[in-house]
Amino acid sequence: MLTFVCRRLLSTIPVMLFIALFVFSLLYLAPGDPAALIAGDQASQTEIDAIRVTLGLDQPFYIRFVGWLGHALRGDLGVSIFSQLPVTTLIGQRLEPTLSLMLLTVIISVCIAVPMGVLAAANQGRWIDRIVMAVAVFGFSVPVFVVGYLLSWVFAIRLDLLPVQGYTPLAEGFAPFLANLILPAIALSCVYIALIARITRTSMIDVLSQDYIRTARAKGLGQGPVLFIHALKNASVPIVTVIGIGIALLIGGAVVTETVFAIPGVGRLVVDAILRRDYPVIQGVVLLFSVAYVLINLAIDLLYTVLDPRVRY
Amino acid sequence: MTIKSNMIATGDLFPSEPRRGRVATFVRRHPTIVAGGGILFLMVLIAVFAQWIATIDPDKIAPIKRNREPTAEFWFGTDMLGRDLFSRVVYGARVSLLVGFAVAVCATFLGLVTGLAAGAYRRLDMVIMRLMDGLMSVPPILLAIALMAAVGGSVFNVILAISIAEFPRMSRLVRGLVLSIREQAYIDGAIASGSSMPKIIVKHILPNTLGPIMVQATYICSAAMITEAALSFIGAGTPPSIPSWGGIMNEGRMLWQIKPYIILFPAVFLSLTVLAVNLLGDGLRDALDPRAASRI
Repeated sequence: MLTFVCRRLLSTIPVMLFIALFVFSLLYLAPGDPAALIAGDQASQTEIDAIRVTLGLDQPFYIRFVGWLGHALRGDLGVSIFSQLPVTTLIGQRLEPTLSLMLLTVIISVCIAVPMGVLAAANQGRWIDRIVMAVAVFGFSVPVFVVGYLLSWVFAIRLDLLPVQGYTPLAEGFAPFLANLILPAIALSCVYIALIARITRTSMIDVLSQDYIRTARAKGLGQGPVLFIHALKNASVPIVTVIGIGIALLIGGAVVTETVFAIPGVGRLVVDAILRRDYPVIQGVVLLFSVAYVLINLAIDLLYTVLDPRVRY
Repeated sequence: MTIKSNMIATGDLFPSEPRRGRVATFVRRHPTIVAGGGILFLMVLIAVFAQWIATIDPDKIAPIKRNREPTAEFWFGTDMLGRDLFSRVVYGARVSLLVGFAVAVCATFLGLVTGLAAGAYRRLDMVIMRLMDGLMSVPPILLAIALMAAVGGSVFNVILAISIAEFPRMSRLVRGLVLSIREQAYIDGAIASGSSMPKIIVKHILPNTLGPIMVQATYICSAAMITEAALSFIGAGTPPSIPSWGGIMNEGRMLWQIKPYIILFPAVFLSLTVLAVNLLGDGLRDALDPRAASRI
C-alpha cells in the first residue's frame, strides 16, 4: 500500500514537468519575438531590449525554464502585462466563483446522474433505460453555452424567477449566492450528468449479473437495498474514475459558462487575458487548472483502495 | 437448362428481398445511423451549396436594416451590423463541418501512428505513453485555448490546436487494441513465418483495429465541433471575418436579452449537427460490435 502511494506520487512528477514545460513554451510558440509581443505595437527598440533583459530572454531556454519553474514552485507566476498585478493575486481574487460553480455542479451532477444510471441499469432494455440513454446523448450533444442561454432565457427572462447573469459572493448570504449560481451549475452539469449516468449504467449492469447479487436477492432483500447497497458499492470504482476524468470537461465548460453568465471567475480571467494577449495570466491559469486536474485524479486513484479493498497494487 | 435450374435453386435458398424491404430492415435495425447520417448529409449539402442556398451575401453590412426580427425577407433576422443571419448561419456550417472532419482525420492519423508505434515497439511505448499522459493532463478545451492564444486565430490553427488536444485519447485506444491483438495466434503465425514488424502492423494489426477507430473518430468529430464553437464563442477561435456558429453567438451575446434569435439559430444548427454525429457514432458502435452494444 505504502509503495503504491509512493509510486503513484512519483509518477505524477514527469506529468507535472510536462505541464510546466508546455505552459512555459506557450510564450515561445507565438510567432515573432516575445519581447516585442509584450511591449506592444508602439514600443521602441530600446524598450523591447529592456523587456528582453527583464524577462531574461537573452539567456538560453533551459536556464529560463529552470528559473521560471523555481519561481512557480514558490508561488510566483509572474506579473500581468495588462494590470501589472501579480498573477497569483489575480487568480486568488477570482477563485471563489469558479470553485463554487464547480462544486455545485459536481453535487448536482452526482445526485442526478448516479440514480439515473442505477435506474437505467435496473430496468435494462425497458423504456426508462431508453429515456436515460436518450437524455445522455442529448447531454453530450448540446454545448454548455447553448444550454446556458436556454435556461437563462426561460427561467430568468421569461419566468423572471432568477437573476439573468452575475455573481453574488457567499459572504453576502446563501440565498442570493445560490440564486445566481444555480442556472450556470445546471447548464454546466448537463454533459457531466450524461457522462456519469452512462458509466453508472454500464458498471451497474456488469455488477448486477454477478452471483452475489443473486445471493442477495435469494436471501430476500428488496430491490432498493440490492441496488443501492450491494450493487452500487461494487460498481463505484469506474463511476468515481469518470467523475475524476470528467473534471477536465468541467474546467473547459467553466471557462465558457462564466462567459455566458458573466461570472467573474478564473475562466473569465483567462478569456479576457486571451483577448489582451496577457501571456503570464494565460500561463498561470493553464498551469493552475492542469495541476489541480492531475492532483484530483491522483487523490481518486488513492481512494480506490478504500472503495474497493480487492484493489491491490 | 442447367443454368435455369441453378437460378431456381438459388432463388429458393436465398429469396431475394425486394429493395424496399432491405432498406426498411436497415432503417429498423439501425435507426440512429439513418437519423444521424441523414441530418449530417443535409448539413453537408447546406455547407457545399451555401452560395446557392444563402442568396444574400453573409458579409454585406447594411446599417439601415440592423437588428431586424425574422421576416420573409430575412428568415433568421439580421444582426447588429445588418448582416443577414440566415446567410451567416448557412455559411457557418462550412467552418463547423470542416473543423469537425479535419480534426477527426488529423487526430486519427496522429493517434494511429503513435498508438501503433507504442503498441508494437516496447521501447517506444514508455516514451510515447508518458507524452500522452502529459498531453491528457491538460483539459482539452484549455489546451486548445492556450495553443490558440499563442498562435493566433485562423481556421487552420483551430484544426491544429483541437487535433493536438484530441489525439492522445485515440493514441491510447489504438495502443490498447494493438496490445490485445498482439496476443492472437495469427500474429505469432505471422512472426513465425518471417514477416517484418512494419508488414505485420499494416497487413494484420491495422485492419483489425478499424472498427473501434471509426467509432472513436466520430466522437472526436463531434467534440471538435463543440470545441471550435466554444473557442469562437469566447473569441479565441475562427477569426470574426469568417462566419462560424460560435462566432455568430459571440456577436449576439451583447444583445441576446432583447434579441435572443441571434443566438438561437446558430445554437440550434450547432446542437443538431453535433447530435447527428453522436447518433452516427452510437449507431456505428452498435452495428460494429453488437455484443458490447447490448451492455453499454
